Amino acid sequence: MQYRVLMRVNGRPVERETEPRTLLVHLLRDELGLTGTHVGCDTSQCGACTVLMDGRAVKSCTVLAVQADGHEIVTVEGLADSVDAALRYGGLHPLQEAFARAHGLQCGFCTPGVLMAGADLLSRNPDPSEADVREALEGNLCRCTGYENIVAAVRLAAELLRERQQAGAGRPAAHAAGGGD
Amino acid sequence: MPTLFGTPVRRREDARLIRGEGLYTDDVRLPDMVYAAFVRSTHPSARIRVDASAARALPGVLAVFTADDVAGRVGDVPTAWLVPDSGLRTPPRPVLARDVVRYVGEPIAMVVARTRALAADAASAVNVAYEPLPHVTDARAALAPGAPQVHAGVPGNVLFTWHAGDREATDRAFAEAEVEVSLSIRNQRLVPAAMEPRTAVAAPTPEGGLTLWTTSQNPHIARFVLSGMLSLSEQRLRVVAPDVGGGFGSKIPVYPDEAMVAHAARVLGVPVKWTETRSEAFVATIHGRDQVQDVAMCGRRDGTITGIRVRATANMGAYLSLAAPGVPTILFGLIVPGAYRIGAVDVEVVGVATHTTPTDAYRGAGRPEATFLVERLVDTFARRIGMDAAEVRRRNFVPASAFPYATPTGLVYDSGDYAAAMDRALEAVGYEAMRRRQEDLRREGRYLGIGLSTYVEVCGLGPSKVAGAVGFQGGLWESATVRVHPSGKVAVIIGASPHGQGEETTFAQIVADALGAPFEDVEVVHGDTAATPMGWGTYGSRTTPVGGGAVSLAARRVADKARRLAAHLLEAAEEDVVVTDGRYHVAGAPARSLSFADVALQAHLAWRLPDGMEPGLEASAFYDPENFVFPFGCHACVVEVDRNTGEVRILRYVAVDDCGRIINPMIVDGQVHGGVAQGLGQALWEGAVYDESGQLVTASFLDYALPRARLMPHIETLHTETPSPHNPLGVKGVGETGTIAATPAVVNAVVDALAPLGVEHVDMPMTPERLWRILSRAQGRAPEEVRA
Repeated sequence: MQYRVLMRVNGRPVERETEPRTLLVHLLRDELGLTGTHVGCDTSQCGACTVLMDGRAVKSCTVLAVQADGHEIVTVEGLADSVDAALRYGGLHPLQEAFARAHGLQCGFCTPGVLMAGADLLSRNPDPSEADVREALEGNLCRCTGYENIVAAVRLAAELLRERQQAGAGRPAAHAAGGGD
Repeated sequence: MPTLFGTPVRRREDARLIRGEGLYTDDVRLPDMVYAAFVRSTHPSARIRVDASAARALPGVLAVFTADDVAGRVGDVPTAWLVPDSGLRTPPRPVLARDVVRYVGEPIAMVVARTRALAADAASAVNVAYEPLPHVTDARAALAPGAPQVHAGVPGNVLFTWHAGDREATDRAFAEAEVEVSLSIRNQRLVPAAMEPRTAVAAPTPEGGLTLWTTSQNPHIARFVLSGMLSLSEQRLRVVAPDVGGGFGSKIPVYPDEAMVAHAARVLGVPVKWTETRSEAFVATIHGRDQVQDVAMCGRRDGTITGIRVRATANMGAYLSLAAPGVPTILFGLIVPGAYRIGAVDVEVVGVATHTTPTDAYRGAGRPEATFLVERLVDTFARRIGMDAAEVRRRNFVPASAFPYATPTGLVYDSGDYAAAMDRALEAVGYEAMRRRQEDLRREGRYLGIGLSTYVEVCGLGPSKVAGAVGFQGGLWESATVRVHPSGKVAVIIGASPHGQGEETTFAQIVADALGAPFEDVEVVHGDTAATPMGWGTYGSRTTPVGGGAVSLAARRVADKARRLAAHLLEAAEEDVVVTDGRYHVAGAPARSLSFADVALQAHLAWRLPDGMEPGLEASAFYDPENFVFPFGCHACVVEVDRNTGEVRILRYVAVDDCGRIINPMIVDGQVHGGVAQGLGQALWEGAVYDESGQLVTASFLDYALPRARLMPHIETLHTETPSPHNPLGVKGVGETGTIAATPAVVNAVVDALAPLGVEHVDMPMTPERLWRILSRAQGRAPEEVRA
């Protein structure tokens, strides 16, 4: 049995026939070739597969593709474009820029999921404390960094984002602004 | 000359990884690719009968392989560290279990189908009839008379018995000692848990060849071993380790799985992909540690330590994984004296077969187990003689004047200043003030503890002649080619295979400095046996010291030639030519100059070369170190144990590490952070547990507690810099220091916190429950009482 799903992925409409058991992460990776979203476990613990659904972080291994029907998905490949061009740093989302500056990644496997969880946090909290960041990343496992520089990077990203926003540069684009309840 | 060496250059790797543009093995998609899934044993020990007929009949299934199908076609998985003088037995390990299974997770059959889902469906349709046999998962229990035997050819389950040091001298030291302390230590089994599960994609190539993309820390070793297992000429087998999502040792070995994927691709003539699920990874990928130790230390009341004795039992699992025998022996026993001048050392290790997942190198690999026991003993010794733990350390350190220092176990420490590192840590943590605070809090009934760990690590694995002497079935040199293109762009092609450690950046720093080429123009190429020279891989904190040594030598050769050519073109004497801001010119006359790109172009045009100079600008180097390198340091940890809940709160964590000269401080600190996290994980949360039925009950991230952001403290990183005198760059390794140092620092802190209760040792992981029970008992409440 195949179901037709229609969603927006990284700002583009996507229409696919899919099996009901297909997970969103497999649709993204196998059907759409968006391999930046990774699979690190099979119990919804590691968060490597985190994407934004209507601006909120979800684990795409825990969402069926059919459940994403009618929704707005952003993956790491679309993260930079999810904010106004004036907010970007050299074409990068402030989170991406901050992760590179603060050495927030080593092997990089968990990074896309961490970035998306960070994007969710920053959309709700423009100035998170260290504790806020650690709490927000509860669902993301990293084996390389000890989280030290991840936490620093997310807070740096908040700073970069505020800097650009205060410069009157612009507002986040609609599909990254959250509020998809 | 401005130099990149020592500066926190942004990582080259990040540009692709932060955009989701990395290429991990599971991202490899090929036309007509089909998918493999394994049928794994659900029993720890059983006789099996396999019936695959139902699975073979399912639509979309291309093949089901069982032991019968691969007999004589795919060789056994080899053990490649044949530790001498240990009576080593290497029981055969077939790629698919034949007749009997020996651990939960052992591969029994492999299914190949058109889709991942169909492969999973078909795997569950393979009928395995199990006739359970007795099993044993605990190493000490496996040594007991009458214990179930894991292999017919391994009587008493003893795989090896290994000894280091001088037993008689140590017995004498103990007999003459004023003080003797002893501990029973369980260094629990851990799960490496790299975030990327193991994955393999094999694709047939013309003329019967094969390309294998795989999650490997050492693609050249993988090729060497797999070409043997598959009877496939090495030049026809190309192994690619693209972006690899962490390894920590677990991606060193060649496993049955990758060999089977390669075999299936050859048989079926189409690309085959297998991606380990996390549930599989917990039982199918190697575990680490798992030693039980009876250890003792002796000395005098003035604080002098005179002897150390270790009796260790190492649980090797059901088979000896690739490097496994070397881990609890060479990598463990030789470093037992640690940072101390201890005259008498006696180490005996018995390696034991059990019905568990094989163990092998996990970050630190043997050295954490050694450092843990010696650091616990030093603290215990200090407490027994009533001397401060820092003072006892200071009195016994190998002094800075004693290097190179030969240990009683046969190592020669290259350089160090152990007291300087400890002083730095004590100062940073405010040791004296913290001790006073501890006194104050104790009067309030609160448990503050301060733990120290002063470690020495042996790493930068090499030299090869030592590798041979200790039974390692390979070399331990590294190679590099520095190839300058006509435009002046540079490729640094290395045999090692970094996967997160940042050498795409640090090696580019080294080469840009050496050549006077812009950093942006230098690119590091690794991970593909078709593109890179032979190298032994990334493990044992060896890529920067050994691989970097090769890079440095090759770069110097290219730089020398560039300088000679520049001098010729400038019509100057070679010794007069200097490089300033990337331009070659005569010293004091910068007006007439050549850029590195100018020189590169001339080298390739070859119109005006000096007599006898070959065209081109390229050099290779094979660097075999003359000794290991020995990083060291001191970690200090301050904890408070909650007297009601048993929870450990880390108030300060200070890491002082000396890894020789630092190429990129940002990357070095990152390595320390990650290492410390894994060390803390062992101390506080992680532990692989088998139940009485031989099942791994901690087989998911729900049950196996990996450190999470909320649990981790802020880690303060400091350094001293004592160059390695024999390394071309003066560097030592830093990949494992944190893991080695952190575990004893935290445990020492907790034991120190609970000292007023008479607690002398705490087993790991020091979960709130374990500490709560200890607190309850010590405070005179029976656990039952408290529970009620």
